[in-house]
Amino acid sequence: MRDAFLRFVRHKPALVGLVLLVMVVIAAAVASLLYPGDPFRIVGKPFQPPLTDFPLGTDMLGRDLAAAVFYGARTTLLIGFAATLIATVVGVTIGGLAGYFGGRADALLMRLTELFQTIPFFLFAILLVAVLGSSIGKIIFAIAVVSWPPMARLVRGEFMAMRNREFVQACVSMGMGHARIIVVHILPNTLSAIVVTGSLMIATAILIESGLSFLGLSDPNVMSWGYIIGSGRSVLRTAWWICAVPGVAILLTVMAINLVGDGLNDALNPRLRQL
Amino acid sequence: MPSLAYVLRRLAQAVPTVLAIVVLNFLLLQLAPGDAADVLAGEAGSATPEYMAQLRKSFGLDQPMWLQLLLYLKQVVTFDLGFSFRHGMPVSELILSRLGPTLLLMGTVLTLAVFVGVLLGSLAARHLNRWQDNLISTLTVLAYATPVFWAGLMLIVLFSVKLGWFPTSGMQKVAAFHEGFAKVKDIAHHLVLPAVTLTLFYLALYARLMRASVLEQASMDYVVTARAKGLTERQVIRRHVLRNAMLPVVTMAGVQVGAIFGGAVVVETVFAWPGLGLLAYESLFARDLNLLLGIFFVSTCLVVMVNLAVDLCYSMLDPRIELR
Amino acid sequence: MSGDSPLLRIEQLHVALPPWADRPFAVEDVSIDLYRNEILCVVGESGSGKSVMSRAVMGLFASRHVRPTGGRILLDGENLLEATHERLRAIRGNRVAMIFQEPMTALNPVHRIGRQIEEVLEIHRVGTPAERRARAVAMLEAVNLPDPAKILAAYPHQLSGGQRQRAMIAMALALEPDVLIADEPTTALDVTTQAQILALIRDIQRKKGMGVIFVTHDFGVVAEIADRIAVMQHGKLVEQGDAREVLSQPQAAYTRSLLAAVPSLTPGPRRDFAGNPVVLSVKGVTKTYRTGGGFFGTSARRVDALKGVAFDLRRGETLGIVGESGSGKSTVARCITRLIDSDSGRIEIDGKDIAHLGTRALRPLRRRMQMVFQDPYGSLNPRRTVGQLVAEGPIVHGTPAAEATRRAVELLELVGLDARSASRYPHEFSGGQRQRIGLARALALEPEILVADEPVSALDVSVQEQVLKLIADIRTRLGLTVLFITHDLRVASQVCDSIAVMHKGEIVEYGAVADVYANPRHDYTRTLLAAVPGRAWSEAQSPASAN
Repeated sequence: MRDAFLRFVRHKPALVGLVLLVMVVIAAAVASLLYPGDPFRIVGKPFQPPLTDFPLGTDMLGRDLAAAVFYGARTTLLIGFAATLIATVVGVTIGGLAGYFGGRADALLMRLTELFQTIPFFLFAILLVAVLGSSIGKIIFAIAVVSWPPMARLVRGEFMAMRNREFVQACVSMGMGHARIIVVHILPNTLSAIVVTGSLMIATAILIESGLSFLGLSDPNVMSWGYIIGSGRSVLRTAWWICAVPGVAILLTVMAINLVGDGLNDALNPRLRQL
Repeated sequence: MPSLAYVLRRLAQAVPTVLAIVVLNFLLLQLAPGDAADVLAGEAGSATPEYMAQLRKSFGLDQPMWLQLLLYLKQVVTFDLGFSFRHGMPVSELILSRLGPTLLLMGTVLTLAVFVGVLLGSLAARHLNRWQDNLISTLTVLAYATPVFWAGLMLIVLFSVKLGWFPTSGMQKVAAFHEGFAKVKDIAHHLVLPAVTLTLFYLALYARLMRASVLEQASMDYVVTARAKGLTERQVIRRHVLRNAMLPVVTMAGVQVGAIFGGAVVVETVFAWPGLGLLAYESLFARDLNLLLGIFFVSTCLVVMVNLAVDLCYSMLDPRIELR
Repeated sequence: MSGDSPLLRIEQLHVALPPWADRPFAVEDVSIDLYRNEILCVVGESGSGKSVMSRAVMGLFASRHVRPTGGRILLDGENLLEATHERLRAIRGNRVAMIFQEPMTALNPVHRIGRQIEEVLEIHRVGTPAERRARAVAMLEAVNLPDPAKILAAYPHQLSGGQRQRAMIAMALALEPDVLIADEPTTALDVTTQAQILALIRDIQRKKGMGVIFVTHDFGVVAEIADRIAVMQHGKLVEQGDAREVLSQPQAAYTRSLLAAVPSLTPGPRRDFAGNPVVLSVKGVTKTYRTGGGFFGTSARRVDALKGVAFDLRRGETLGIVGESGSGKSTVARCITRLIDSDSGRIEIDGKDIAHLGTRALRPLRRRMQMVFQDPYGSLNPRRTVGQLVAEGPIVHGTPAAEATRRAVELLELVGLDARSASRYPHEFSGGQRQRIGLARALALEPEILVADEPVSALDVSVQEQVLKLIADIRTRLGLTVLFITHDLRVASQVCDSIAVMHKGEIVEYGAVADVYANPRHDYTRTLLAAVPGRAWSEAQSPASAN
């Protein structure tokens, strides 16, 4: 574990990512301290460019873009992490059962997974939110529903490989139960792969969320980066910064998570070392 | 070459997928507020009461659930996707009229992303840890983190608003009525920005994948064999490594077709490209859920077809596939 | 042959390893001459640098961190270490060619065999396409492959291991090189295929008068094929000389110990178990694998892995199950331990059939039969300490944790490991030590029957000898009954009392080891025994080594 930590720290892009991510987390944490009150509140003249009265300018209604960006960080992180957590639990369960038991269970679960991978997942997410409504819980649910298949496939592959490893066969021939084999012997050996994939899934979830809210499918009570871009679109020609600012926030957050994910991958799976 | 039996088998495998989508659509209809007839007619009450009554009857809303499902299945199988009151025409006709632009956009994006991605990825791998690799890797990290719609907006600001090189929206110049080659040129001109916008993200994905894949293949025994034959490094890459390294990229491209379609919804919305994606956005905005479900169904069928085409390409690249 | 000047002269070759490796040089101060028309065997255990040394001749190194730092490699007087890339490429495949251990990975999976053979000719600008094709056909005929046209059009995965290696040899010899480097070319093959490939290499080498550097770890193979021998250890040359002299009168202590570790083909003293009760009785066990065949009429492939296997094992007896890959010997072990389910037949422990017991009923019986596996790296969970691994079995069966842990330490000492090993992780141990840990884990459940599936196949010969001795020692001390699966007839002769020879899912011969080895009755057993490399040498040795 110490080796893995050292490998991560030596990975420069991962450190950059980690610093960026910590900054986003801090932004989310201090949003209500820096900007008490509703981020939807009108605070000044509309269409003010950045670095005037307001550090990031105001939008077409005169709302403070900086406040929106800080509050948006909360929404983004909340939805990204919550949706990924649910999708990971579902994916690991389905993939694990399919990979460990094989046979008919595997065939059935994998057909289900393939089905969900065939569906244009963004369109499916739109449909779910359109049908269910756009509260934050339902958005999280919709994103989780469309995100679990890659995790299930990965975990299934890992479990199948582990199932045939001799140390697992040794467990079986000792008379160990399935639950103990899965939890004590297989899961810890697949954890690094799950962590890496999970971290990259957070990035994807954030991109889906921003896309949904760009199309107007965000929780109307919660500030979100995609929502600002979507509403600023109509004034793109005159006030391009309204769209540009939250976009940069999304880009940096997603990039930070991807970089951390890559760093974790190199740190936890030291396959391609310098030989 | 893939055999006819293989093609038929893959087609047969697609049938349960399509059926499952129909069932999923049906379930979504059940989940929506109001009964199916309300949903199918659109919420604003633009349908006549007679039509509503007829709808309820044709769906057998008084019948048990499984019978409703069967009726729905029958309708979809005969390609009867209902009527859109917003557009005043049958959903299937509406979708067909919007299919062409989407296919053009997706085809362009898929081709560009795979080819340029493979090119950049192998370039980065060949110049591992040198400036070419660092540049390509940095750009792909950026492109991979950029929300598609935002990239589109920023390209509009730069290339349309500031530089005026490309049109901001649509597929053809309004009221220009170009014919022949001029028309092709005009469409191509309009296609550039949406295609580039959507390509960037997938290009980045494939380039990263290709780079890793080339590096992995380069450590294989057959590469040593090739060197032992007296091949130059360039020949080793071109003749032996590339084809093997492309396999995971092609697999990924197949898996991603659905995702690219999702991206098309956003890009078509940004650029007002008159395809299925824009239609989906419009129906979302007009709360025309039935139209949205129809688009969902057709696009899934589309993905199944493209998946099949990608699998055929794969089986031509990898002779081992016949064993599976 | 040693009168004329050498074809290839390696002088004081040094190949450096990167700074993070465990030693500074992969190859250190090695000088070897190769003459025309001879086979020079380079022998050594893993990590001896034999492979790096042979690949240095072609300028092929595993990474850019491994590079030659001193010495010369002279091919007809030209120093290959100083040759330009262009010059080196002109020599590769043309004057010096190479074959590898694993032909499946050494051939490109997506190109046809024909294209891969013709490529050598094309790269060196020989002939027209039609001539190249004709040459490829001629080469395939020269390596005794039937139906060359079909082989040319085949992809590597469509051929058997032996066919692939022949195709590989055809490719290497297409331009009639002066020097052939063979890096463990028969290690991945079955023993009968190995015998054929060895004969082929010898035959072609004689016809063309080539110099062959043959890298191997197997003294049996060396005895079979070598004209001269060079022994390497830790990157250094320990001994070189005429094959007969090195094999019969080794000078270096290391060579002597390696030769002594090669198991003899003469079985040990006979032990008698006729009066003991039968503990394991296997009756008519069958197993069929079906692959492919989905919903849509694809043809299912049917493999009969076991076709009515039957044998009895008496208390204290060791039964060897020998056979080549695909014979079903591993399937037998896995059916008996219920890792896979057999289709029909009975597996009786003390008269009780366990073949069809449910999971729950089976669990208490499992501890009576424990398994030792082949792969010293894959058979231990890397994330558990050795102590946890050994103690876990008894804990699962209800032994209090403290007692199981105390017992684990005793067992580790029994298999010759330090008590402190218990708190360390598997990756801190060598291959041989890991097999000892695996043995301790199996013994922790106090089984009556030990099923050992190729337990020494992945080990170097000197380590193999130690582990075999340990198994034999523990077997007598604990009165264990052992089922020993192996592909190596030498190993079988040393540990087994009786032996069952398997071929295509059937036991074709079954009897006491000494009887079967002395008077094989079945044709296949005779083929198998005849194919054991270095048999003549071993039989010449055995009277001397018996005392």
